[in-house]
Amino acid sequence: MLTVLVFAPTAVALVFLGLPRRTPQTLFRTVWVAATAAELALVIALWAGYRSGGGMQYEVRTRWIPNAGVGYHVGVDGLSLPLLAMTCVLFFACALYSLRETRRIREFAALFLFLQTTCLGLFVALDLILFFVFFDLSIVAMYFIIVGWGHRDAARAALKFFLYTFIGSLALLLGFIGLYLAASPHTFDMVELTKQNPLAGRSLYGGLVLLAIVVGLAVKTPTVPFHTWLPPAHTEAPAVGSAILAGVLLKMGTYGFLRIAMPMLPDAWRRYALVLVVIGVVSVLHGALVALAQTDFKRMVAYTSVNHMGYIILAVGAAAATAQGPVQARSLAITGSVTQMVSHGLITGALFLLAGVLYDRGRTHDMGAYSGIAVAAPVFAAMTGVAAFASLGLPGFSGFIAEFQIFTGSLGPRPVATALCVLGIVLTAGLFLRALQQIFMGPLRLPDAPGTPRTFPDIRLHESAAIVPLLVLAVILGVTPRFLLDVIEPASQAVLELLAR
Amino acid sequence: MSVLLWALIALPLAAGALLALTGRAADRVAPGVAVGVGVAALGLAVATAVRQPAAEAPLLEQLPVRLAVDGLSGVLVVTVTAVTLAVLLYSAAEFGADEARARFFGLMLLFAGSMLVAVTAVTLPVLLMGWEVMGATSWALIGYWWREPEHTAAANTAFLTTRTADIGLYLAAGAALASGQGGTLTLDGLARVGDPWLSLITAGVIAAAFGKSAQLPFSFWLSRAMQGPSPVSALLHSAAMVVAGAYLLLRTGTLLDASGWGSDVVAWTGAATAIALGLVAVAQTDLKQLLAASTCAQIGFMVLAAGVGATTGGTLQLVAHAAAKGLLFLVAGVWLAAWGTQRLPSLRGAARYHRAVGVICTVGAVSLAGLPPLSLWAAKDVLLAGALARDPWLYAAGLAAAVLSAVYSAKLLWFVWHPAARRDDVRPVPGGVVPPLAVLAVACVALTPLAFPPVLDAFGRVLGAPGRPAPHAWELAASGALALAAAGATWTWGSRRLPLPPQVKAACRDWLGLERAAHALVVSPVMWTARTAATLDDRILDRGVSRTATGALHFARWTNSTVERAVDRSVSGTARGGLHLARWTNGVLERAVDGGVGAVAGAARALGRWARRPQTGQLHQYLAQAVTGFTVLAVVLVLVR
Repeated sequence: MLTVLVFAPTAVALVFLGLPRRTPQTLFRTVWVAATAAELALVIALWAGYRSGGGMQYEVRTRWIPNAGVGYHVGVDGLSLPLLAMTCVLFFACALYSLRETRRIREFAALFLFLQTTCLGLFVALDLILFFVFFDLSIVAMYFIIVGWGHRDAARAALKFFLYTFIGSLALLLGFIGLYLAASPHTFDMVELTKQNPLAGRSLYGGLVLLAIVVGLAVKTPTVPFHTWLPPAHTEAPAVGSAILAGVLLKMGTYGFLRIAMPMLPDAWRRYALVLVVIGVVSVLHGALVALAQTDFKRMVAYTSVNHMGYIILAVGAAAATAQGPVQARSLAITGSVTQMVSHGLITGALFLLAGVLYDRGRTHDMGAYSGIAVAAPVFAAMTGVAAFASLGLPGFSGFIAEFQIFTGSLGPRPVATALCVLGIVLTAGLFLRALQQIFMGPLRLPDAPGTPRTFPDIRLHESAAIVPLLVLAVILGVTPRFLLDVIEPASQAVLELLAR
Repeated sequence: MSVLLWALIALPLAAGALLALTGRAADRVAPGVAVGVGVAALGLAVATAVRQPAAEAPLLEQLPVRLAVDGLSGVLVVTVTAVTLAVLLYSAAEFGADEARARFFGLMLLFAGSMLVAVTAVTLPVLLMGWEVMGATSWALIGYWWREPEHTAAANTAFLTTRTADIGLYLAAGAALASGQGGTLTLDGLARVGDPWLSLITAGVIAAAFGKSAQLPFSFWLSRAMQGPSPVSALLHSAAMVVAGAYLLLRTGTLLDASGWGSDVVAWTGAATAIALGLVAVAQTDLKQLLAASTCAQIGFMVLAAGVGATTGGTLQLVAHAAAKGLLFLVAGVWLAAWGTQRLPSLRGAARYHRAVGVICTVGAVSLAGLPPLSLWAAKDVLLAGALARDPWLYAAGLAAAVLSAVYSAKLLWFVWHPAARRDDVRPVPGGVVPPLAVLAVACVALTPLAFPPVLDAFGRVLGAPGRPAPHAWELAASGALALAAAGATWTWGSRRLPLPPQVKAACRDWLGLERAAHALVVSPVMWTARTAATLDDRILDRGVSRTATGALHFARWTNSTVERAVDRSVSGTARGGLHLARWTNGVLERAVDGGVGAVAGAARALGRWARRPQTGQLHQYLAQAVTGFTVLAVVLVLVR
């Protein structure tokens, strides 16, 4: 079932590429939407059949490259299932949003379907090499999306994105090989490696392997100081590309921390957790402050992603202080970090799609070029307002559930760091309110560069069909989060147990 | 039972969200729906106050949502829903057809719902949820007329200031959990936590409460918030939002006591706010600014009450002030609509035009002044009795603040009743706005018995705060006499200038420069840091990465030009060397080898020829050879042995 879920999009993509060029564009769009809808249905069925607290489920294990200890091993648990569901929701939203895309829709849809395979594959992978392959393929697919459908400076930004994250992935591979060599018998199987804890008691080796893995994941997450590829990539990427990049691809890094670094290297993780806490604090504050100084809406949202990912790093770092405070707190921190991944995917996905709407109308993301848009486009303004408040962590939205758990869970183990991070919520509030005031309030003014239209049509049906469900889901998760937390909580307790070894 | 409670909070929240989301399409029905919901909410509030239900639902890991109505919450839910209903009725009559009414009424209901969540919350996470949503809806309500940039700016100031203070609640929740003794983070359980977490919790709760209640040093946001519509001020800045902080402090009295320092900080900050903002109110020439400053000052009394453990007096003050201030803000709205101004000098004689509104305003102002026999007079004495038991200086400060209340209320009345030249440009007052005002005025009067025994004792029992120190008769007489004297003096002084240094007057008119201080001390440094961080990001981090990449490129070029050439040359050299070697091999070695091979062959041939010699074919010669051979062998053997 998982295999179908992962590879079905690529199969559809291959069919697309096999079809003749004269095939009507509508066909591609409709089939793309249908395929992502089917994927969503499949993941819902998967969720329905999932027993919370039942550990790894839907496992499939086949020989792949047995000589090198590599196998095709997939499965889901409470860490990956929410991310799978979020990925399918986001890709569905992107397919809906692209219903009016006209530029080479066949290749566009095929690339996105392929990208969906890599994202889903990464979250179900239970073999390090499988994980790595999907990790790298996602970079490749995203590179082509930015280059092919991006804005003015896309080629440069895409190259930067590609090289930076690719070099990061090499560090990751180095770490994986380190784990492989330490295990006996040599294997890349994650379940096996987690069970073996191969580097227990080998502090230098463990530290080096952790360093390689953390650097690789930190580039992808991204954390300060490895984040500078993110703003240009987002600014130049098409709206849907940004939504996936921020919504799904960034989670690959943070998911890696929970899936690989913490359970497989518990000793090293506990020893160097303070470094991660510091990186988390710096990411939170630096991300928020730099976002506050931005004048470009999309760039600002990109920097808030650095800030939001920083909370996750803080939580996973603070959870390592096994000696301090009650277990409940650390479990809350881990659960909060997974919730934050889902929540950030939904909310930032929506914000990037809204940024796309803004760009589509005014051909610029520069906030100073707009004013009083709420006069012309009240629904668009209201939706952006809702998304902004969701992103600044207002209760009633999923962001609050995530951040509250992270803060309350991390304060005990790391009081000073957490107190500093809480300042982040005021900074994000400030920057979003400023942006809302600049773009939407006051007298109406539209960008007047040559070639821009003199009107600002309100949000269109396909755009709201893509964005509204994301915001509705954020509200549902913010008001009744139990159905999600019931899945995550056993998994986060399992991570803590593995970490305490 | 718990259904009542769920309905109480779900009804306004759901209806409000629905109205706000529907937008202009629901404009026509919005006032009706909102008033209907308001009536239902009031009914539910009374029912829950009587039945005192509790409700629970799971939320986070071992941290459920728990709501309950006890005595204090019961008083609050009834007060909030009652004032909400009055304000909604007023707004239904006042808001024109061209306004976005669905948005307004929807947000008002959302706001009221979140306030109800905050006052019925048993646990900290739920309180925080209500608390923050209240802040966000207040942002939307203060910035309701968003076309004017200064309204949005004012809303931003309000939200950011209160949210900065809200950090305290996040920290308090984390500290309670970290201590391991917080259990499910109930508000009552916070006091049982040990130090150092206890101090952090206390500080967090106090900061959040001061922020929401616009106490010093956060008071400035309330001044800015006056940019919002009058009904918004009437709800947010009388019975909800700003009193939420005072409510929280009254609710967590045991925590303040347990911390050892919390009560004193709270009591003195309350007293300081009551005096300082009382002075600010006296200095205002704008009606709404005067009312806003007086709100801070009056809530200062409630905070003072919380600090000295006078829960009954504080609650009484809260309820009575809600009625009086809600009324006064609505009156300010009426006059703003009719006269087009809220400046006191321009409102001269306003009370004389529409006598009913004038009388209603007078009831509210007399109540606010603390003049006997209205409820705020006795309420102050009930809470000041607690202060007297704690510290005579606190009592003195409270009395001074009470005198200031009388001064600014009398100043207000002097302006609106003082005869002025007749004006013809005054618009008529819509008839529908008077009944809700009248109801609030009646409430101001009707609350009076609540402040006197035996009703006061019953009220105290409902709040679960028996054993309060009751005010002596002389205290009541003294405060009443002081208030009357101050009011009388103000009335006779009229609009003449006060003989005070101009700096003092300017500072008071400018709300003590609090906002400028916040800008200078917080906002500007943060913005500077933000810009610096952005520069750092672009100039150093990003450029560093680019430099590294460029460096790699240069290295590649260098490799290309130097190493590559060297390698190339060496490869070519090797190849050439190989060729030479091959040639040499061919020329020398090959010949030598070939010659060698030829020589070997020749030698073999000669050897063969030589070996053929003995092969004669004659037997005797073979025999001779054999004999010779054996002889040689024998000799060799003999010699060797």
